[in-house]
Amino acid sequence: MSFRISDGALIDRSKEIAFEFEGRRFTGYQGDTLASALLANGVRIVGRSFKYHRPRGLIASGLDEPNGIVQVETGPYSTPNLKSTAVELYNGMRAEAVNRWPSLKYDLLSVNSLIKRFLPAGFYYKTFMWPDWHLFEPTIRAAAGLGESPKDVDPSIYDQKFDHVDLLIVGGGIAGLKSALTAAPSGKSILIGDTEPFWGGRFVGSDSHVEDHPADEWIHATVEYLNTFKNVKLMTRTMAFGYYDHNLIGLCERLCDHLPVTQRGVHRERLWKVRAGKVILATGAHERPIVCPNNDRPGVMLAGAAQIYARRFGIAPGKRIVIATNNSSAYHVASELQARGVDVAAIVDARSDIPDADMILEHGSNCEIIAGTSVTNIKGRNSVKSVEIASIDDHCTAIRGTERWIKCDAVLTSSGWSPAVHLHSQSGGKLSFDKQLQSFVPAASPQDCISIGAASGNFDIMTSLEQAEALTRTILDNRDPAFPPDLSANKPIRPLWYVDTSELKHPERKAWVDYQNDVTKSDVELAVREGFQSVEHVKRYTTLGMATDQGKTSNINGIGIMGASLQSPPNEVGTTKFRPPYNPTSLGVFAGVRVGQNNHPGFLCPSHALAEKLGAVFDDYGPWNRAAYFAKDGEGEAEAVIREVLTTRSGVGVFDASALGKIEVKGPDAAKFIDRLYVNNMLTLSVGNCRYGVMLDENGIVFDDGVVARISEDHFLVGTTSGHASAVFDNMEHWLQCEWTDLDVVVADVTQDWAVVNVAGPKVRELIAHFETTIDFSEESFPHMRFRAGRLAGVPCRVQRVSFTGEASFEISVPWRYGADLFLKFLDRDTAYSVEPFGLEALMIMRVENGFLHVGSDTDGTTIPQDLGFSRIIEKKGRDFIGYRSTVRSDGLRDDRRQLVGLKMLDNGPAPLAGAHVVASQSPTNNVSLGWITSSVDSPTSHQPVLMGLVKTKGLSPDQILYAFDQGTYRPVMISRLGSLSAPKDRLRGLPVIDNPRRRVSQLDERTLETIISNNQISVRVLSQLNVFKIFQFRSALKKSSLQNATGILPQNVGSVKSYNQAVCGCSAPGEWTFVGSGADFDNLLDELDVTPALTLDVSHGILTFEIVGQNSNELLQRFCPFRLTDMEPEKLVRTRFEDVSCQIIKAGFQDRYLLQVRQSVAPYVERLLRNSTLNCNA
Amino acid sequence: MIQIDCPHCGPRDENEFICGGEAHISRPANPESISDRAWADYMFFRENPRGLHKERWFHSHGCRQWFNIIRCTVTHKVKAVYPIDAEAPSLVEVDS
Repeated sequence: MSFRISDGALIDRSKEIAFEFEGRRFTGYQGDTLASALLANGVRIVGRSFKYHRPRGLIASGLDEPNGIVQVETGPYSTPNLKSTAVELYNGMRAEAVNRWPSLKYDLLSVNSLIKRFLPAGFYYKTFMWPDWHLFEPTIRAAAGLGESPKDVDPSIYDQKFDHVDLLIVGGGIAGLKSALTAAPSGKSILIGDTEPFWGGRFVGSDSHVEDHPADEWIHATVEYLNTFKNVKLMTRTMAFGYYDHNLIGLCERLCDHLPVTQRGVHRERLWKVRAGKVILATGAHERPIVCPNNDRPGVMLAGAAQIYARRFGIAPGKRIVIATNNSSAYHVASELQARGVDVAAIVDARSDIPDADMILEHGSNCEIIAGTSVTNIKGRNSVKSVEIASIDDHCTAIRGTERWIKCDAVLTSSGWSPAVHLHSQSGGKLSFDKQLQSFVPAASPQDCISIGAASGNFDIMTSLEQAEALTRTILDNRDPAFPPDLSANKPIRPLWYVDTSELKHPERKAWVDYQNDVTKSDVELAVREGFQSVEHVKRYTTLGMATDQGKTSNINGIGIMGASLQSPPNEVGTTKFRPPYNPTSLGVFAGVRVGQNNHPGFLCPSHALAEKLGAVFDDYGPWNRAAYFAKDGEGEAEAVIREVLTTRSGVGVFDASALGKIEVKGPDAAKFIDRLYVNNMLTLSVGNCRYGVMLDENGIVFDDGVVARISEDHFLVGTTSGHASAVFDNMEHWLQCEWTDLDVVVADVTQDWAVVNVAGPKVRELIAHFETTIDFSEESFPHMRFRAGRLAGVPCRVQRVSFTGEASFEISVPWRYGADLFLKFLDRDTAYSVEPFGLEALMIMRVENGFLHVGSDTDGTTIPQDLGFSRIIEKKGRDFIGYRSTVRSDGLRDDRRQLVGLKMLDNGPAPLAGAHVVASQSPTNNVSLGWITSSVDSPTSHQPVLMGLVKTKGLSPDQILYAFDQGTYRPVMISRLGSLSAPKDRLRGLPVIDNPRRRVSQLDERTLETIISNNQISVRVLSQLNVFKIFQFRSALKKSSLQNATGILPQNVGSVKSYNQAVCGCSAPGEWTFVGSGADFDNLLDELDVTPALTLDVSHGILTFEIVGQNSNELLQRFCPFRLTDMEPEKLVRTRFEDVSCQIIKAGFQDRYLLQVRQSVAPYVERLLRNSTLNCNA
Repeated sequence: MIQIDCPHCGPRDENEFICGGEAHISRPANPESISDRAWADYMFFRENPRGLHKERWFHSHGCRQWFNIIRCTVTHKVKAVYPIDAEAPSLVEVDS
């Protein structure tokens, strides 16, 4: 049986399309949705209901559809829980209904329907409380639930893009188009988007006129005209799903799901993050079904949906139709269906007085119009067969004795229209209740947005167009729109929240409010009787308005029924909170490029590529991806780590320590500033020396530790842990800018400008003797805890003699891109002793062997310096420092605090797990934890477990036996000194040089100028030979403002750039400038600077510059940078985000050319993202 | 995601910034000589108004400068932006 009665506006009947639904083959036409094709094929049952598994048919025609929920395709492209009304049909589509078992036709779970009276609201809450809900959950979830989550990885790429427009119009119906038409000539940037693949909304295929033109002609001409404007972007298949703060709208564009799987491109969807100056919401309205008994029979449909199916697809919902309504809109449906030859048996109108204007059916029509009546029952299990109607009284109660049956095969219902206020409400906008419409309509919004057309509650086409034009002008002129809008052209409706059949001879009670969740009128009433008064509570208790349609057809009826039970009007009941997304949106589009290896930037050390060749196994440590160990000849982790430790303790170990935080601090008050940051006294640190220091937060908790080197009187280099470099730097800027504005100090984070190669071991000086250097590495002139600068192996370097391994050790810093080369040079010597690389795991073992503290392992969020043995240092310092005051609150002064101690195992077993508690006895009762083990390793050097722990030592005798409660057993331990190495001081000195150096020099692996992407729209090159300098100026000098005036080279304002032939200079921040360039011009520029900056840094090695040129350069950068690039003039510089990392963008020279500068450590990440996206930008 | 008009860089998205909480919190001059209660006031006690809130923000992905704003906690509207060391504008004036 085909229900296709005529041509529809959207379908092409010359193009047949074959598809499968539930394993059955059907044909539809190009332009059909899956829903319309099923309807046309006479498929009445498209789904089963959620709880009772009752057969269900299509109710609606758009995203409000609650029943026709499908899973499309299998395998990697499988998508569950789509509304068949929004699935565009393509050749070869395979779809299944969800929530049925084993098949749609014979659903065994429909026995639930027979026990309906046992499954009222809150049934699961009440029944499965004892003994535990989790016992029942798996079975219940399997029986309920919707589609199946796809098991295969989706191979598609989901794209994301930032955009900025002056005006965003959501909805491309008549009102939205009229608004765009009004705004287009203003020249302002306009984006209009619609979730459908076509323009015109409900009016497509309509026989009505718009501004004296047939609707389809008007739509076509308008879109064509809008396309001529460069400032107007029209986007179909694009759904605005969320309205966020400050006019940020999230839109999801579907790029290929309307195509057969084999024809799909690699990009599936695109997330648009649009920051709009103004927003116009033309989102239309949703029709409400009439809540009457058995209103879920297949064949019961919304009147407006039937109209859409007829207009767009030429489909009739049945052969003989009864329409039930309480408003005027259904009369148009009746007349249109009649015009297409459908037999409309009756219009059952709840209103007693039907306005004359509704009498639009042709004279002589055999349609019966029955006033003051509504539907009281519907028969037909799998398809409507007949409908019972009865007169209703003032309270919508059906009057006994007035019942009669009418034969029909479809029932269309309408109990009024609810404006789609979702986005308005998400914007923070208030709603008001319009009595004439019996609906919530938008009131004012705190954001710059306005609703027009049906979304505003205006259902009259003439006044809607006038309103769209007037409000668009108002909002573009920055005037305030008037509230409430004039809705007087709307026709009256009669409130009809449900039809009460209790007085009838055969009352039927099963009247559905929410089809998708199987919530009936009596469920809502029960919830109210049980004491739920808030609409939010009733929603959670009954599940009314939940799941994939979020109550688009059910919410307002539910509120009406609640109101009737509570005896308060709907406006007092109020609506539930509208939250994004408007319609389910795929997670992939939110993830965007952040999948797989692009999940996070993962800073890479300079030796990364080299380490990979040497067999390194990497792991994430904080923001860094570093070598954990180097596996040699099929070694496992344990063997490799032991070998690395032993090599370092006998020969030399080479370690890439570049991740260590390095912050330059310079200025007349630098010493004073650093002294305030540390627990330790830093004023007495002399030039050329290093000092270990512990830093607290203001709450007194140990926050970071590291080594401070004094480079000169007013210049320090602060070392931090790898994980805390940026946090410490942020802190420094906070104190300098917000608190100690009197201190004249500049700070610069140079962590990723200097590579650090740590060479450690007794033979370290022998190894270094192989290299030409200006530094005297002898024990006498370069003892432990000293700082030296000079050259080594032809490159400038800074060297600190510090040790975390316990061996004689030098941390050698060279410009970032020389790091790998130096690392290799050390390994590349022909020596009598072993020289091998080691990873972070070996380092951690060696530091425990030494008893060296690791912040975060041996300390936690309660550890103060007094717990770590710093009491004497604090006392001696006698000055305030960050966090000091907090450590001397009563809790900090307790004498029974846990102390950091060494522990010695007294059994011969292996090292216990870190985290094992330390207790005083083996008693299973009344045993109190004294603390726990914080670090625990089996020492390869001393062949025994070495432990550190935080333990309450008060009251313990020196050799008391304690127990570590290790994985269920009590193991005897004793408190001991920290570390297990013998003669630690001798170790730090290393051995005298005896070897004769032989030379073998490796080539510097420099990346040359390289083009990574090139086509006619875009070219991306790596400019690796560029010099990049940063200069900083003291605040005192800035205040005199002599700096700028004296030179004329330094641009005045943040973001401004001065260009020279081969060089540019830009102001990056107050008091900070970037010089970029090459050749003589660059040198001259620096020479001409006749002032002495506070701090000059050569960051050429730490920063990589990508040159992006071409007409699509904007598009490419806007994938990742939120900054509005179209606003960027030439000769400008911005610092912003590039996805998850910071970047600097310089626009110099000519249009469409950008220099993108990022840290070298994240350059591979940035390059991957650029490569991934360029293809797409050409689309 | 709100948008903040950085005094140096212009309007930028919230995720370029770090929020530093309530503005105009000064570190006591002599921490050693004040009571635990006064120290706790400085450390922990903050306003939590429904309405206008003075707070400090740090443009960490941009110019790395701290500044103050007045933001409405109900509507998220940013009513004023002013330097870190300036006095706060009157709430009555920025609200009008």
